[in-house]
Amino acid sequence: MKKRVVITGLGIVAPNGIGLEAFTHAIKNGISGIEFHPELERLKFSCQIAGTPKISEEIKRNYFSELELRSFNSSGILYGVIAALDAWKDAGLTLENNDQPDWDSGTIFGSGTSGIETFREAIYKIDAFQTRRLGSTVVAQTMASGVSAYIGGKLGLGNQVSTNSSACTTGTESILLGLERIQNGKAKRMLVGSTSDSGPYIWGGFDAMRVCTFKHNNAPENGSRPMSASASGFVPSSGAGALVLEELESALDRGAKIYAEISGGNVNSGGQRGTGTMTAPNPIAVQKCIRAALEDAGIHPNEIDAINGHLTATSKDALEIENWTQALQRKGIHFPYINSLKSMIGHGLSASGSMESVATVLQIYYGFIFPNINCEDVHPNILELIDENTIPKQMIKKSLNVVAKASFGFGDVNGCLIFKKY
Amino acid sequence: MTKEAIIEKLKPIVQPFVKNEEAFKNLTDTTDFITDLNINSANLVDIVLDIEEAFHIEIDNESMEKMLNVENTVAIIQKKLAAQ
Repeated sequence: MKKRVVITGLGIVAPNGIGLEAFTHAIKNGISGIEFHPELERLKFSCQIAGTPKISEEIKRNYFSELELRSFNSSGILYGVIAALDAWKDAGLTLENNDQPDWDSGTIFGSGTSGIETFREAIYKIDAFQTRRLGSTVVAQTMASGVSAYIGGKLGLGNQVSTNSSACTTGTESILLGLERIQNGKAKRMLVGSTSDSGPYIWGGFDAMRVCTFKHNNAPENGSRPMSASASGFVPSSGAGALVLEELESALDRGAKIYAEISGGNVNSGGQRGTGTMTAPNPIAVQKCIRAALEDAGIHPNEIDAINGHLTATSKDALEIENWTQALQRKGIHFPYINSLKSMIGHGLSASGSMESVATVLQIYYGFIFPNINCEDVHPNILELIDENTIPKQMIKKSLNVVAKASFGFGDVNGCLIFKKY
Repeated sequence: MTKEAIIEKLKPIVQPFVKNEEAFKNLTDTTDFITDLNINSANLVDIVLDIEEAFHIEIDNESMEKMLNVENTVAIIQKKLAAQ
Protein backbone atom coordinates (compact mmCIF):
# COMPACT_ATOMS: atom_id res chain seq x y z
CA MET A 1 0.00 0.00 0.00
CA LYS A 2 1.48 3.33 -1.10
CA LYS A 3 1.69 6.05 1.52
CA ARG A 4 -0.29 9.24 0.95
CA VAL A 5 1.82 12.34 0.36
CA VAL A 6 0.93 15.96 1.06
CA ILE A 7 2.60 19.33 0.59
CA THR A 8 3.39 21.10 3.85
CA GLY A 9 5.77 23.84 2.75
CA LEU A 10 6.41 26.08 -0.26
CA GLY A 11 9.24 28.39 -1.29
CA ILE A 12 9.57 30.56 -4.37
CA VAL A 13 12.18 32.81 -5.96
CA ALA A 14 10.57 34.08 -9.15
CA PRO A 15 11.19 37.09 -11.38
CA ASN A 16 7.82 38.54 -10.36
CA GLY A 17 8.02 37.76 -6.67
CA ILE A 18 10.40 36.44 -4.02
CA GLY A 19 8.61 34.74 -1.17
CA LEU A 20 5.05 33.40 -1.07
CA GLU A 21 3.32 36.67 -0.26
CA ALA A 22 4.85 38.69 -3.08
CA PHE A 23 4.52 35.84 -5.57
CA THR A 24 0.87 35.10 -4.72
CA HIS A 25 0.02 38.78 -5.11
CA ALA A 26 1.85 38.90 -8.46
CA ILE A 27 0.20 35.86 -10.01
CA LYS A 28 -3.29 36.87 -8.85
CA ASN A 29 -2.85 40.27 -10.47
CA GLY A 30 -1.08 39.24 -13.65
CA ILE A 31 2.13 41.10 -12.79
CA SER A 32 4.97 40.44 -15.22
CA GLY A 33 8.56 39.88 -14.11
CA ILE A 34 10.03 40.31 -17.58
CA GLU A 35 12.44 43.19 -18.12
CA PHE A 36 14.83 44.58 -20.71
CA HIS A 37 18.42 43.47 -19.98
CA PRO A 38 21.06 45.98 -21.21
CA GLU A 39 23.70 43.25 -20.87
CA LEU A 40 21.87 41.12 -23.47
CA GLU A 41 21.77 44.12 -25.80
CA ARG A 42 25.51 44.73 -25.31
CA LEU A 43 26.20 41.09 -26.13
CA LYS A 44 24.11 41.39 -29.30
CA PHE A 45 21.43 38.89 -28.34
CA SER A 46 18.36 38.75 -30.59
CA CYS A 47 16.14 38.48 -27.52
CA GLN A 48 17.12 41.19 -25.04
CA ILE A 49 14.34 40.64 -22.52
CA ALA A 50 14.40 38.08 -19.72
CA GLY A 51 13.26 37.21 -16.22
CA THR A 52 15.67 37.41 -13.27
CA PRO A 53 14.73 37.42 -9.58
CA LYS A 54 16.24 40.40 -7.79
CA ILE A 55 18.11 39.24 -4.69
CA SER A 56 19.55 42.04 -2.55
CA GLU A 57 22.85 41.65 -0.69
CA GLU A 58 20.84 41.84 2.51
CA ILE A 59 18.60 38.91 1.57
CA LYS A 60 21.66 36.89 0.53
CA ARG A 61 23.12 37.30 3.99
CA ASN A 62 20.02 35.82 5.59
CA TYR A 63 20.83 32.51 3.89
CA PHE A 64 24.62 32.46 3.40
CA SER A 65 27.57 33.28 5.68
CA GLU A 66 30.22 35.81 4.67
CA LEU A 67 32.59 32.91 4.19
CA GLU A 68 30.17 31.12 1.86
CA LEU A 69 29.75 34.28 -0.18
CA ARG A 70 33.51 34.61 -0.80
CA SER A 71 34.07 33.96 -4.53
CA PHE A 72 30.43 32.82 -4.74
CA ASN A 73 28.90 33.45 -8.16
CA SER A 74 26.26 30.81 -8.72
CA SER A 75 22.81 32.29 -9.24
CA GLY A 76 21.18 28.85 -9.48
CA ILE A 77 22.49 27.77 -6.08
CA LEU A 78 21.52 31.16 -4.64
CA TYR A 79 17.90 30.90 -5.85
CA GLY A 80 17.63 27.21 -4.95
CA VAL A 81 18.90 27.61 -1.39
CA ILE A 82 16.59 30.57 -0.70
CA ALA A 83 13.51 28.75 -2.06
CA ALA A 84 14.40 25.51 -0.26
CA LEU A 85 15.09 27.08 3.14
CA ASP A 86 11.92 29.18 2.85
CA ALA A 87 9.88 26.05 2.09
CA TRP A 88 11.43 24.25 5.07
CA LYS A 89 10.57 27.15 7.39
CA ASP A 90 7.08 27.43 5.86
CA ALA A 91 6.54 23.76 6.73
CA GLY A 92 7.26 24.63 10.37
CA LEU A 93 10.49 22.63 10.39
CA THR A 94 13.56 23.69 12.32
CA LEU A 95 16.58 25.41 10.80
CA GLU A 96 18.73 25.06 13.89
CA ASN A 97 21.97 23.16 13.60
CA ASN A 98 21.24 19.58 14.43
CA ASP A 99 24.13 17.55 15.75
CA GLN A 100 22.84 14.46 13.98
CA PRO A 101 21.65 14.13 10.38
CA ASP A 102 17.87 14.00 9.93
CA TRP A 103 17.71 10.46 8.55
CA ASP A 104 14.04 10.73 7.55
CA SER A 105 14.42 13.86 5.39
CA GLY A 106 16.15 14.26 2.04
CA THR A 107 16.19 16.44 -1.02
CA ILE A 108 16.00 15.94 -4.77
CA PHE A 109 16.63 19.39 -6.16
CA GLY A 110 16.97 19.66 -9.92
CA SER A 111 19.17 21.85 -12.05
CA GLY A 112 20.12 22.23 -15.71
CA THR A 113 23.63 23.54 -15.09
CA SER A 114 25.33 24.85 -11.99
CA GLY A 115 27.37 27.96 -11.35
CA ILE A 116 27.80 28.77 -15.01
CA GLU A 117 29.39 32.17 -14.16
CA THR A 118 31.86 30.49 -11.82
CA PHE A 119 32.55 27.90 -14.51
CA ARG A 120 33.32 30.69 -16.97
CA GLU A 121 35.71 32.42 -14.53
CA ALA A 122 37.43 29.08 -13.86
CA ILE A 123 37.89 28.36 -17.56
CA TYR A 124 39.55 31.75 -18.10
CA LYS A 125 41.91 31.11 -15.17
CA ILE A 126 42.79 27.60 -16.33
CA ASP A 127 43.55 28.80 -19.84
CA ALA A 128 45.78 31.51 -18.35
CA PHE A 129 47.78 28.82 -16.48
CA GLN A 130 46.22 29.91 -13.15
CA THR A 131 44.65 26.60 -12.11
CA ARG A 132 46.34 26.81 -8.69
CA ARG A 133 44.50 30.07 -8.06
CA LEU A 134 40.95 28.70 -8.57
CA GLY A 135 40.25 28.55 -4.82
CA SER A 136 38.39 25.84 -2.95
CA THR A 137 34.77 26.32 -4.04
CA VAL A 138 34.77 25.89 -7.83
CA VAL A 139 33.82 22.22 -7.56
CA ALA A 140 30.96 22.77 -5.10
CA GLN A 141 29.58 25.63 -7.20
CA THR A 142 29.87 23.97 -10.61
CA MET A 143 29.04 20.33 -9.90
CA ALA A 144 25.54 19.54 -11.17
CA SER A 145 24.50 18.56 -7.64
CA GLY A 146 25.84 21.80 -6.13
CA VAL A 147 22.38 23.05 -5.21
CA SER A 148 21.29 19.88 -3.38
CA ALA A 149 24.67 19.70 -1.62
CA TYR A 150 24.29 23.25 -0.27
CA ILE A 151 20.68 22.58 0.80
CA GLY A 152 21.52 19.24 2.40
CA GLY A 153 24.31 20.80 4.43
CA LYS A 154 22.29 23.76 5.63
CA LEU A 155 19.44 21.54 6.85
CA GLY A 156 21.44 18.50 7.97
CA LEU A 157 19.45 16.18 5.70
CA GLY A 158 20.36 12.53 6.21
CA ASN A 159 18.19 10.80 3.62
CA GLN A 160 18.81 10.92 -0.15
CA VAL A 161 20.50 14.17 -1.24
CA SER A 162 20.60 14.38 -5.02
CA THR A 163 20.01 16.49 -8.12
CA ASN A 164 17.98 15.40 -11.14
CA SER A 165 18.25 16.90 -14.60
CA SER A 166 15.86 16.48 -17.53
CA ALA A 167 15.83 19.84 -19.32
CA CYS A 168 12.55 21.73 -18.93
CA THR A 169 10.92 18.72 -17.24
CA THR A 170 13.45 18.87 -14.38
CA GLY A 171 11.25 20.62 -11.81
CA THR A 172 8.22 18.43 -12.40
CA GLU A 173 10.38 15.32 -12.35
CA SER A 174 12.01 16.26 -9.03
CA ILE A 175 8.57 16.40 -7.41
CA LEU A 176 7.64 12.99 -8.80
CA LEU A 177 10.92 11.46 -7.59
CA GLY A 178 10.33 12.81 -4.08
CA LEU A 179 6.71 11.63 -4.17
CA GLU A 180 7.73 8.09 -5.08
CA ARG A 181 10.41 7.96 -2.39
CA ILE A 182 7.87 8.83 0.30
CA GLN A 183 5.15 6.60 -1.20
CA ASN A 184 7.60 3.71 -1.02
CA GLY A 185 8.35 4.37 2.63
CA LYS A 186 11.99 5.32 2.09
CA ALA A 187 11.67 8.85 3.50
CA LYS A 188 9.17 10.83 5.56
CA ARG A 189 9.95 14.21 4.06
CA MET A 190 11.50 15.18 0.74
CA LEU A 191 12.41 18.76 -0.07
CA VAL A 192 11.92 18.86 -3.84
CA GLY A 193 12.07 21.50 -6.53
CA SER A 194 14.51 22.92 -9.02
CA THR A 195 16.56 25.93 -9.95
CA SER A 196 18.07 27.57 -12.99
CA ASP A 197 21.10 29.78 -13.41
CA SER A 198 20.49 33.25 -14.77
CA GLY A 199 22.24 35.25 -17.45
CA PRO A 200 23.67 35.27 -20.96
CA TYR A 201 25.76 32.11 -20.64
CA ILE A 202 22.70 29.98 -19.91
CA TRP A 203 20.37 31.74 -22.37
CA GLY A 204 22.79 32.17 -25.29
CA GLY A 205 22.27 28.70 -26.74
CA PHE A 206 18.52 29.25 -26.97
CA ASP A 207 19.02 32.66 -28.55
CA ALA A 208 21.23 31.02 -31.17
CA MET A 209 18.46 28.52 -31.96
CA ARG A 210 16.13 31.49 -32.62
CA VAL A 211 13.53 29.99 -30.26
CA CYS A 212 13.34 33.16 -28.14
CA THR A 213 11.24 36.14 -29.21
CA PHE A 214 13.10 39.11 -30.72
CA LYS A 215 9.98 41.18 -31.36
CA HIS A 216 9.38 42.62 -27.91
CA ASN A 217 12.67 44.22 -26.88
CA ASN A 218 10.82 47.53 -26.57
CA ALA A 219 7.87 46.09 -24.63
CA PRO A 220 9.29 43.43 -22.29
CA GLU A 221 6.09 42.79 -20.33
CA ASN A 222 4.23 41.92 -23.52
CA GLY A 223 6.94 39.55 -24.75
CA SER A 224 5.85 36.25 -23.25
CA ARG A 225 2.64 35.32 -25.06
CA PRO A 226 1.62 31.69 -24.54
CA MET A 227 -1.40 30.58 -26.62
CA SER A 228 -1.43 33.92 -28.47
CA ALA A 229 -1.69 34.23 -32.25
CA SER A 230 1.16 36.75 -32.03
CA ALA A 231 3.41 34.49 -29.92
CA SER A 232 6.87 34.54 -31.45
CA GLY A 233 9.08 32.50 -29.16
CA PHE A 234 9.72 32.12 -25.45
CA VAL A 235 11.30 34.65 -23.08
CA PRO A 236 14.23 33.16 -21.13
CA SER A 237 13.98 33.30 -17.39
CA SER A 238 15.36 31.90 -14.14
CA GLY A 239 14.54 31.32 -10.48
CA ALA A 240 13.66 28.43 -8.20
CA GLY A 241 10.63 26.73 -6.70
CA ALA A 242 10.62 24.38 -3.68
CA LEU A 243 8.06 22.12 -2.03
CA VAL A 244 8.21 20.12 1.17
CA LEU A 245 6.55 16.78 0.45
CA GLU A 246 5.58 14.84 3.53
CA GLU A 247 4.01 11.54 4.43
CA LEU A 248 0.42 12.35 5.42
CA GLU A 249 0.78 10.61 8.77
CA SER A 250 3.88 12.63 9.65
CA ALA A 251 2.18 15.88 8.65
CA LEU A 252 -0.88 15.08 10.79
CA ASP A 253 1.31 14.08 13.75
CA ARG A 254 3.08 17.44 13.58
CA GLY A 255 -0.17 19.34 13.09
CA ALA A 256 1.38 20.84 9.98
CA LYS A 257 -0.44 23.09 7.53
CA ILE A 258 -1.42 21.03 4.47
CA TYR A 259 -1.50 22.90 1.16
CA ALA A 260 -2.66 20.01 -1.02
CA GLU A 261 -2.13 16.35 -1.73
CA ILE A 262 -0.12 14.95 -4.60
CA SER A 263 -2.19 12.06 -5.87
CA GLY A 264 0.19 10.80 -8.51
CA GLY A 265 2.18 11.49 -11.62
CA ASN A 266 4.22 10.10 -14.45
CA VAL A 267 7.38 10.74 -16.44
CA ASN A 268 8.20 9.20 -19.81
CA SER A 269 9.93 9.89 -23.11
CA GLY A 270 8.91 9.78 -26.73
CA GLY A 271 12.27 8.19 -27.49
CA GLN A 272 12.86 10.76 -30.27
CA ARG A 273 10.89 8.42 -32.52
CA GLY A 274 7.94 9.22 -34.77
CA THR A 275 7.62 13.01 -34.83
CA GLY A 276 9.59 13.26 -31.60
CA THR A 277 13.13 14.69 -31.85
CA MET A 278 15.73 16.22 -29.56
CA THR A 279 13.64 19.41 -29.56
CA ALA A 280 10.10 18.36 -30.54
CA PRO A 281 7.75 16.19 -28.48
CA ASN A 282 6.31 12.92 -29.71
CA PRO A 283 2.55 13.54 -29.18
CA ILE A 284 1.84 9.87 -28.52
CA ALA A 285 4.26 9.98 -25.58
CA VAL A 286 2.82 13.26 -24.24
CA GLN A 287 -0.72 11.85 -24.25
CA LYS A 288 0.45 8.58 -22.73
CA CYS A 289 2.25 10.51 -19.96
CA ILE A 290 -0.86 12.51 -19.06
CA ARG A 291 -3.08 9.41 -19.05
CA ALA A 292 -0.58 7.43 -16.99
CA ALA A 293 -0.40 10.25 -14.42
CA LEU A 294 -4.20 10.20 -14.07
CA GLU A 295 -4.23 6.44 -13.74
CA ASP A 296 -1.47 6.60 -11.11
CA ALA A 297 -3.52 9.17 -9.20
CA GLY A 298 -6.78 7.25 -9.57
CA ILE A 299 -8.41 10.32 -11.13
CA HIS A 300 -10.89 10.33 -14.05
CA PRO A 301 -10.11 12.92 -16.78
CA ASN A 302 -13.50 14.56 -16.15
CA GLU A 303 -12.45 15.36 -12.57
CA ILE A 304 -9.74 17.79 -13.68
CA ASP A 305 -10.78 21.37 -12.87
CA ALA A 306 -7.74 23.13 -14.28
CA ILE A 307 -4.49 22.56 -16.13
CA ASN A 308 -1.23 24.38 -15.57
CA GLY A 309 0.38 23.85 -18.95
CA HIS A 310 3.93 23.86 -20.23
CA LEU A 311 2.88 26.42 -22.92
CA THR A 312 6.07 28.33 -23.68
CA ALA A 313 4.78 30.78 -26.35
CA THR A 314 6.25 29.00 -29.34
CA SER A 315 4.51 27.39 -32.30
CA LYS A 316 4.18 24.24 -30.20
CA ASP A 317 1.42 25.65 -27.94
CA ALA A 318 -1.42 24.52 -30.23
CA LEU A 319 0.10 21.02 -30.38
CA GLU A 320 0.18 20.91 -26.58
CA ILE A 321 -3.50 21.88 -26.38
CA GLU A 322 -4.32 19.19 -28.93
CA ASN A 323 -2.42 16.64 -26.83
CA TRP A 324 -4.42 17.61 -23.74
CA THR A 325 -7.74 17.33 -25.61
CA GLN A 326 -6.75 13.90 -26.92
CA ALA A 327 -5.41 12.63 -23.59
CA LEU A 328 -8.44 13.82 -21.60
CA GLN A 329 -11.01 13.32 -24.39
CA ARG A 330 -12.36 16.76 -23.52
CA LYS A 331 -12.67 19.72 -25.86
CA GLY A 332 -14.65 22.90 -26.55
CA ILE A 333 -16.59 24.08 -23.52
CA HIS A 334 -15.90 20.76 -21.79
CA PHE A 335 -12.17 21.45 -21.58
CA PRO A 336 -10.79 22.38 -18.11
CA TYR A 337 -9.48 25.88 -17.40
CA ILE A 338 -5.90 26.21 -18.63
CA ASN A 339 -3.18 28.73 -17.80
CA SER A 340 0.53 29.32 -18.26
CA LEU A 341 2.69 30.99 -15.63
CA LYS A 342 5.20 31.68 -18.41
CA SER A 343 3.00 34.57 -19.57
CA MET A 344 4.17 36.42 -16.45
CA ILE A 345 7.66 35.09 -15.74
CA GLY A 346 8.85 33.62 -19.04
CA HIS A 347 10.44 30.21 -19.36
CA GLY A 348 12.47 29.33 -16.30
CA LEU A 349 14.01 26.30 -18.09
CA SER A 350 15.08 23.75 -15.45
CA ALA A 351 13.30 25.85 -12.79
CA SER A 352 10.04 26.15 -14.72
CA GLY A 353 8.33 22.95 -13.53
CA SER A 354 8.85 23.69 -9.85
CA MET A 355 7.97 27.41 -10.00
CA GLU A 356 4.81 26.49 -11.92
CA SER A 357 3.98 23.72 -9.46
CA VAL A 358 4.23 26.18 -6.56
CA ALA A 359 1.75 28.43 -8.43
CA THR A 360 -0.52 25.41 -9.01
CA VAL A 361 -0.54 24.48 -5.33
CA LEU A 362 -1.26 28.09 -4.30
CA GLN A 363 -4.26 28.06 -6.66
CA ILE A 364 -5.67 24.99 -4.93
CA TYR A 365 -4.98 26.26 -1.41
CA TYR A 366 -6.40 29.74 -1.92
CA GLY A 367 -9.09 28.84 -4.50
CA PHE A 368 -8.24 30.89 -7.59
CA ILE A 369 -7.06 30.52 -11.17
CA PHE A 370 -4.36 33.01 -12.11
CA PRO A 371 -4.84 34.93 -15.36
CA ASN A 372 -3.03 34.35 -18.64
CA ILE A 373 -1.60 37.70 -19.65
CA ASN A 374 -0.69 38.62 -23.23
CA CYS A 375 -3.20 36.34 -24.92
CA GLU A 376 -5.97 38.74 -25.83
CA ASP A 377 -5.53 37.26 -29.34
CA VAL A 378 -5.83 33.51 -28.74
CA HIS A 379 -4.32 31.47 -31.58
CA PRO A 380 -7.06 30.35 -34.02
CA ASN A 381 -5.69 26.79 -34.04
CA ILE A 382 -6.26 26.65 -30.29
CA LEU A 383 -9.81 28.04 -30.59
CA GLU A 384 -10.62 25.20 -32.96
CA LEU A 385 -9.91 22.84 -30.06
CA ILE A 386 -11.12 24.55 -26.89
CA ASP A 387 -13.56 27.28 -25.92
CA GLU A 388 -12.03 30.71 -25.31
CA ASN A 389 -13.64 30.87 -21.85
CA THR A 390 -11.37 28.05 -20.69
CA ILE A 391 -8.41 30.44 -21.07
CA PRO A 392 -8.86 32.99 -18.24
CA LYS A 393 -7.51 36.47 -18.93
CA GLN A 394 -8.56 37.75 -15.52
CA MET A 395 -8.15 35.93 -12.22
CA ILE A 396 -11.08 33.62 -11.45
CA LYS A 397 -12.01 32.90 -7.85
CA LYS A 398 -12.93 29.25 -7.74
CA SER A 399 -12.55 26.26 -5.47
CA LEU A 400 -10.37 23.72 -7.27
CA ASN A 401 -10.35 20.04 -6.46
CA VAL A 402 -7.95 18.57 -9.02
CA VAL A 403 -5.29 20.37 -11.07
CA ALA A 404 -2.90 18.76 -13.56
CA LYS A 405 0.58 20.18 -14.17
CA ALA A 406 2.77 19.07 -17.05
CA SER A 407 6.23 19.93 -18.36
CA PHE A 408 7.97 18.85 -21.55
CA GLY A 409 11.67 19.10 -22.31
CA PHE A 410 14.51 18.70 -24.79
CA GLY A 411 15.35 15.05 -25.24
CA ASP A 412 11.64 14.35 -25.87
CA VAL A 413 10.97 13.96 -22.13
CA ASN A 414 7.62 14.51 -20.42
CA GLY A 415 6.35 14.87 -16.87
CA CYS A 416 2.84 15.22 -15.45
CA LEU A 417 1.65 15.64 -11.85
CA ILE A 418 -1.85 15.50 -10.36
CA PHE A 419 -2.44 17.83 -7.40
CA LYS A 420 -5.58 17.47 -5.30
CA LYS A 421 -7.25 19.53 -2.61
CA TYR A 422 -6.74 17.97 0.82
CA MET B 1 59.69 41.56 8.25
CA THR B 2 59.49 40.61 11.94
CA LYS B 3 57.59 37.59 13.12
CA GLU B 4 55.19 39.84 15.05
CA ALA B 5 54.48 41.98 11.99
CA ILE B 6 53.79 38.90 9.91
CA ILE B 7 51.38 37.52 12.50
CA GLU B 8 49.51 40.83 12.64
CA LYS B 9 49.13 40.73 8.85
CA LEU B 10 48.19 37.05 8.94
CA LYS B 11 45.36 37.37 11.46
CA PRO B 12 42.78 39.13 9.29
CA ILE B 13 43.54 36.67 6.46
CA VAL B 14 42.82 33.66 8.65
CA GLN B 15 39.93 35.11 10.62
CA PRO B 16 37.07 34.59 8.10
CA PHE B 17 37.74 30.84 8.08
CA VAL B 18 38.03 30.38 11.86
CA LYS B 19 35.37 28.26 13.57
CA ASN B 20 36.87 28.48 17.08
CA GLU B 21 37.01 32.15 18.09
CA GLU B 22 38.41 31.39 21.56
CA ALA B 23 41.48 29.65 20.14
CA PHE B 24 41.90 32.48 17.65
CA LYS B 25 41.95 35.06 20.44
CA ASN B 26 44.71 33.13 22.21
CA LEU B 27 46.77 32.54 19.08
CA THR B 28 50.29 31.19 19.75
CA ASP B 29 53.17 29.82 17.67
CA THR B 30 51.85 26.30 17.99
CA THR B 31 48.23 27.09 17.13
CA ASP B 32 47.17 24.57 14.45
CA PHE B 33 44.82 25.83 11.76
CA ILE B 34 42.79 22.64 11.53
CA THR B 35 42.85 21.09 15.00
CA ASP B 36 42.83 24.33 17.05
CA LEU B 37 41.02 26.88 14.89
CA ASN B 38 38.69 24.22 13.34
CA ILE B 39 39.29 25.59 9.86
CA ASN B 40 37.90 23.36 7.11
CA SER B 41 40.96 21.79 5.48
CA ALA B 42 39.58 22.64 2.02
CA ASN B 43 39.87 26.33 2.96
CA LEU B 44 43.66 26.15 3.50
CA VAL B 45 44.15 26.75 -0.22
CA ASP B 46 42.09 29.93 0.05
CA ILE B 47 44.25 31.13 2.96
CA VAL B 48 47.41 30.44 0.98
CA LEU B 49 46.06 32.38 -2.02
CA ASP B 50 45.25 35.34 0.24
CA ILE B 51 48.75 35.17 1.82
CA GLU B 52 50.32 35.21 -1.64
CA GLU B 53 48.39 38.34 -2.51
CA ALA B 54 48.99 40.14 0.78
CA PHE B 55 52.74 39.46 0.91
CA HIS B 56 53.39 39.50 -2.85
CA ILE B 57 55.01 36.08 -2.77
CA GLU B 58 54.39 32.73 -4.42
CA ILE B 59 54.07 29.61 -2.32
CA ASP B 60 54.98 26.28 -3.93
CA ASN B 61 53.08 23.06 -3.21
CA GLU B 62 55.78 21.62 -0.94
CA SER B 63 55.78 24.73 1.27
CA MET B 64 52.00 24.81 1.32
CA GLU B 65 51.82 21.29 2.73
CA LYS B 66 53.75 22.52 5.78
CA MET B 67 51.62 25.58 6.45
CA LEU B 68 49.41 23.96 9.06
CA ASN B 69 50.31 26.06 12.09
CA VAL B 70 51.34 29.62 12.86
CA GLU B 71 55.04 28.94 13.41
CA ASN B 72 55.59 27.09 10.12
CA THR B 73 53.51 29.58 8.19
CA VAL B 74 55.51 32.53 9.50
CA ALA B 75 58.77 30.73 8.72
CA ILE B 76 57.73 30.02 5.14
CA ILE B 77 56.57 33.61 4.57
CA GLN B 78 59.91 34.88 5.94
CA LYS B 79 61.84 32.51 3.71
CA LYS B 80 59.90 33.54 0.60
CA LEU B 81 60.30 37.23 1.41
CA ALA B 82 64.03 36.78 1.94
CA ALA B 83 64.41 35.01 -1.39
CA GLN B 84 63.08 38.02 -3.28
